[in-house]
Amino acid sequence: MDATLATIVAAAAQLIYATMGETIAEKAGVINLSLDGSIMLSAMAGFAITYITGSVIVGFVAATMVSAVIAALIAFASIELKLNQIAVGFVLTLLATELSSFIGTAYVGARGTSVPHLAIPLLEDIPFLGTVLFSHNLSVYGSFVVLIATYLFLYRTRRGLELQGIGERPEAAFARGIAVNKLRYLYTVIGGALVGLAGAAYSLDVMFGWRENLTLNFGWIALAIVIFGGWHPMRVAFGCYLFGALQVVALKLQPVEALQGVSQILPIMPFVLMIFTLLVVYLDWFKEFGDRHPAWRKLLSSEPPAGIGRVFERE
Amino acid sequence: MRGVWGRVGSKTAAVGLALIVTAVLLLASGASPIESFRLIWQGSVGNGDKLADTFMAWVPLVLAAAGLVVTFSAGLWNIGVEGQVVMGAIAAAWVARELHAPSAAIITVALVAGIVGGLLWGLLAGALKVYGKVNEIFGGLGLDFVATGLVVYLVIGPWKRSGIASTSGTDPFPTEAWLPTIGDKLAPIAVLLAVLGVVGVYLLMRGTFFGLRLKAVGANPASAHIMGISTRRHLLAAMAIGGALAGLGGAVQAIGFQHKLVPAISGGYGFLGILVVLLAGYRASLIAPIAFFFVMISVGSTQLSLRLGLNSAVGGVVQGTLVLLTVLVGGWQIKRSRLKARLAED
Amino acid sequence: MRVQPAETISTLGQPMSLELRDIHKHFGAVRANDGVTLRVEAGELHGLLGENGAGKSTLMKVLSGFIEPDSGAIALDGTPLTLRSPRDAIAAGIGMLHQDPLVFLPFSVLDNFVLGSPPTDRDVARAELARLARQFGFAFDADAPARSLTVGERQQLEIVRLLWLGARVLILDEPTTGISAMQQAMLFDALRTLAGQGMIVIFVSHKLEEIETLCDRVTVMRRGRTVGEATLPVPITRLVDMMFGEAVSVTGRPALTRGQVTLQLEGVVVADRLTALEGLDLSATAGEVIGLAGLEGSGQRTLLRTCAGLLRPTAGSISLSGQDLTDRGYHQRLAAGIHYLPAGRLEEGLIRGLTITEHFQLASGSKRFLVPWDEARRDAEARIAEHSIKGTVDSTAEALSGGNQQRLLLAMVPEEVKVLLMEHPTRGLDIASADWVWGQLIGRVERGTTVMFASADLDELLRYSDRIVVFFGGRVLEVLDAAATDSDRLGHLIGGRDVA
Repeated sequence: MDATLATIVAAAAQLIYATMGETIAEKAGVINLSLDGSIMLSAMAGFAITYITGSVIVGFVAATMVSAVIAALIAFASIELKLNQIAVGFVLTLLATELSSFIGTAYVGARGTSVPHLAIPLLEDIPFLGTVLFSHNLSVYGSFVVLIATYLFLYRTRRGLELQGIGERPEAAFARGIAVNKLRYLYTVIGGALVGLAGAAYSLDVMFGWRENLTLNFGWIALAIVIFGGWHPMRVAFGCYLFGALQVVALKLQPVEALQGVSQILPIMPFVLMIFTLLVVYLDWFKEFGDRHPAWRKLLSSEPPAGIGRVFERE
Repeated sequence: MRGVWGRVGSKTAAVGLALIVTAVLLLASGASPIESFRLIWQGSVGNGDKLADTFMAWVPLVLAAAGLVVTFSAGLWNIGVEGQVVMGAIAAAWVARELHAPSAAIITVALVAGIVGGLLWGLLAGALKVYGKVNEIFGGLGLDFVATGLVVYLVIGPWKRSGIASTSGTDPFPTEAWLPTIGDKLAPIAVLLAVLGVVGVYLLMRGTFFGLRLKAVGANPASAHIMGISTRRHLLAAMAIGGALAGLGGAVQAIGFQHKLVPAISGGYGFLGILVVLLAGYRASLIAPIAFFFVMISVGSTQLSLRLGLNSAVGGVVQGTLVLLTVLVGGWQIKRSRLKARLAED
Repeated sequence: MRVQPAETISTLGQPMSLELRDIHKHFGAVRANDGVTLRVEAGELHGLLGENGAGKSTLMKVLSGFIEPDSGAIALDGTPLTLRSPRDAIAAGIGMLHQDPLVFLPFSVLDNFVLGSPPTDRDVARAELARLARQFGFAFDADAPARSLTVGERQQLEIVRLLWLGARVLILDEPTTGISAMQQAMLFDALRTLAGQGMIVIFVSHKLEEIETLCDRVTVMRRGRTVGEATLPVPITRLVDMMFGEAVSVTGRPALTRGQVTLQLEGVVVADRLTALEGLDLSATAGEVIGLAGLEGSGQRTLLRTCAGLLRPTAGSISLSGQDLTDRGYHQRLAAGIHYLPAGRLEEGLIRGLTITEHFQLASGSKRFLVPWDEARRDAEARIAEHSIKGTVDSTAEALSGGNQQRLLLAMVPEEVKVLLMEHPTRGLDIASADWVWGQLIGRVERGTTVMFASADLDELLRYSDRIVVFFGGRVLEVLDAAATDSDRLGHLIGGRDVA
C-alpha cells in the first residue's frame, strides 16, 4: 500500500510543478494556454541538454528557461501588443509541440543521465510515511517545496495578496500603487519557469528519455486541474494527486480484460471534472454556502480571478 | 491605399521571417533549406498520386476551417472543433459498420451522420456556454478529450479488430462504405463537399441576414440584443453549424481516407483549422488557398523524413511559425498605428 | 509612503493648500478638461459640482495619478507635484475614494485593508482597522468577504484604509450614490471630523442638496471648464445657473391634441441596483412628449428600461394601447412598437466595425434569407441623404461623429412607431445636430408617436415636453405640466428642493 502511495506521489510530482506554475500565472490574470507545448518542448530541451552536457542540473535550467521564454512571449503579446491571450497561447502550444518533435529527433532513444534517487536518511525509516514521502528523488522533493511555497506565498505573504489582487481587479490594484503590468510579466514568467521544471522532471525523472509526444496531453490535463482546483494551490494539489491515483489505478486495471473500458475513461476524468466545476460555480446555492462558512469558502471557491484574460488599460 | 500596402507588407514580412526561421532550423539539422523546400513541393504537388493525397488532406481541413469562420464570427473560440471532427468520424464509422444497403445509400447516410454527430457535439459545447456559463474554450477542450477518449475506447473495445485489440485501428469498413475514387485515393465527392462547404460559408456570411446578425452578435452582443437579435439563438446556431462542418470533415476522414476508425482520426485538422482561420484574418475568402498551402506543407514534409531523415514535424513548425509571426506582426502594426493617431491629435 | 495613525494628524505639518492650475486633458476629439483651475484649502470641505460629462471625474483622476494631463500643474502647499501613477499620488498623500469603491470582492475585509500597504503585522493591522472604525462609528467584520458589504460599508472601509496610509488629501467621487441615508449621515460626520483635523477634503458630486448641506466652498464645472466658485451658503439658483447655464426663455410647443392612450403604467413597482420606483401610475397618449428630469441615476433610466422590457417590475402592469405587455420581454415589445434608444451610442446602440448599410439592414428586421445588397446600398444612400448623415454607405459606426451616430440611430427606427424611449437624445451633440434630432422627433410626434425622453438639459425639457416627470433619490418627486413650469422651479425640484 505504501509503495502504491509512493508511486502516486512520484507520478503527481510533475503535475504539481505545472499546475502550480499555471496557478500563479492565472491568479495574476494571465492564461498561459501554451502549457502543453511548453512542457513538451522543455522536456525535450531538458533531456537534450542533459545528454549533451552530462549534467542534470544544466538540463533542468535549460528546460526552465525554454518555458519561461514562451511565457514571456505570451505576456508580451498580451500586455504590449494587446493581443488575445488565448490566440497567442494556442498557436504557441502547437508550435512548441512541433518544435519539440522536430528538434528532438536526434535524441530519441538516447540514454541519458537521470535524476538520482535520494532517500532522506533518518526520515525514510519512518514506517509508512517514510516510504511514501521521503524515499524519492530530488525532483519529487522539489514538488513538495514548490507546492508549499506556492501556497505560503499566495496566502501568507503581502506580495502574494497583491498578486491575487492583480488578477482579481487590476484597476483596484493599480489604484493602490501596484505595478500591474510589470508584475504580470514577472509572475507569468515565474509560472513558465515552473512549467519548464515539470517538463524536465518528466523526461529526466519519469520517462528517462525523449520520444515524440512524450508528455501527451499533460499540459491540457494541468489546465483542467487548475480549474478543477479553483485556483487554490491546495485543492489543485489534491487534483494532481487524485489524477496520479487514477493513473496508477488504471495501470493496475489494464491486465483485467473486463475493465478495459474503465481504464480508458480515466484519462478523461480531469476534463469531465473541469466542466463539472465550471457548471457548479454558476449555481447560487453554492455561492451562498461559501459565504456562510468563510473557512470553507477559501477552499471551495471555484471562481476564476475576475480579471483573468483581460487586458488592463489605464484609461 | 497605404492601408492595403501596410497589410501586404506585414504579411510579406511575416512570411519572410517564417521562411528564415525554418531555414535556420533546417540548416541546424544538417539539411539544405532549398532541397527541403523542393522536396516539400514535390511531395505534395509533384505528381498525380501526391496531389491526390494533398487534396484528400485539404478536404477535412478546409471544412473545419469553414466551420470555424462561422464560430469566430459569432465571437466564439471553438476549441472544441477537434472533438466535433472526431464525433463526425465516429458517427460515419458507425453507419459504415452497421448499415447494410447499396453503396450510395451507405455513403449518403454516413456523411449525414457525420454532419449530425459534429453538429450535436458543437451544440453541446454551445449549450454549456449559453445555459451553463461554461466558457466555450474550456468546455470545448473538455469535450475534445471526451471525444478522443471515446474513439480510443471504441477502437480497443467494442469495435476492436477481430482477434487482437490494437490501437492501430478497427477493421477496415466494408468497401461499400468507401467513398468512390478516381485512381486510388482521390474521392471527387469529398472535394466537392469541401468546395460546397467553403462557398456555402462564404455566401452565408456575406449574403444572408443570418450571417449579418451573427457578425453583429460577435461584435457587440448588447447592441445586437437592443436591435432585436436573439443572441442566444445565434450563438447556438453558430456552434451547430461549426460542428456540422467539422463533423462532415471527420466523416470524410473516416470513409474517404482512412476507411477505418483510428485513434488519431481527426488528423489534428481541427486545431490546424484554427491556425488557418487566424492566418486568413477570419475571412472566408482566404481559407481555401491557405488551407491548401498548409496541407501542401503537411503532406510534403513526409518526404523530408523519407529522404532526408528529418522529422516531418518541420511542416508543423513552418505552419506554426507563420501564424505566430503574422499575429505578432499584426499586433505590432496596430500598436504603431494607434501611437501615430495619438500623436497626430496632440 | 508614511503610515501615520490618524489621531496624530494635527494642523502642524499639514498641507495648507492644494492647487491644480490650467489642467488640460483630451480623449480623442473630446476636451474633458479644458484649462481647469482649482484651489482647495486645508480644513475646508470643498465641493466640486457639475453635471455628468462636466469633467469632474477626469480632473480627479488626474489628481489621483490615474491619468496624466496633457498640460497643467499641480502643487501641494506650493510644492509642485508630478503624478505619473497612483503610486506617486499615494506617496504625496492623496487618496481617492471611487464612486464604485475599488475593493476586491472575494477577499476579506482585513485583506482589503492591508493590500497594497507597507509590511505590517497582521494583528497590528486588525487592531488598527478596529480602532479607526470606532473613531467614526463604523463597524467591520474583518474576516467577512468584501462582497458581503454594502456600498456604503465598502466606502467606509476605503476611507479608513486611506487614513491608515496617511492620506492628507481625500477625494470622494460621487460618494452618496447607492448608500443609505444613515450611512450618508455617518459619512458626512466623518468628513466634517476629518476636515476639522486639517485634512483637505474634495467632495465631487452632481447633487446640489448635498453640496449645500456639507460643503464650505464649492467650485462648479461645466463642459470641461470651471465656471464659478462660491463660499456657501449661496442661493441655489446661482448654483443651478452655473451648473446648467442660463436657461433660454421657453418658446412653447403647440398645444397637445389628446389622442388615444398608448403607454400605460399602473402601480408599477421596479427596482434595480440604485433606484426603486414604487406605485408608478403614468398614462401617455399618442403624440405626447414626456420628459424625464432629474440628476443622473435618480430613476429615469430605470423607468425607460422598464418600459422597454429590459427590467421586470415586481408588481403592477404595463400596457400598450390596451394590450397588456407586462410579461412580454424586450424583443416582443420591440415587435409591438416600443423602441428604445440607449445613451451609449456605441456601447448599446451601434456596432463597431459594421457599416451604415449593414446597420439599416439589421434594423429592418427583415424575414428574408438573402441580403439584397444592391437594393440595400441604394436604400442606405437614400436614408443618408434624408437624414443628412455625414458618411457613406460603407462608413463604419465608429467613424461617424456623435451627431451622425445619433442621426443613424434615429434613422434606424422605423417610420411608424408607437412609443419611442430615448435616453439623452442630444447628449454630446452640437446645436445643429440637436436641432435636427428634435425636428425628427417632432415630426414623429405629429404622426402619433409617444416620445419619452430623459435629459439633463433643462432647456430641452421645458421646450419640448408636454409633461415632465421629476425624479429624485430614486423616486418620482412630481409630475409637472411643462407649460406651467419655469426653469427655476424645475432646477429646484431636480436638486430635491421644493419651492413653496
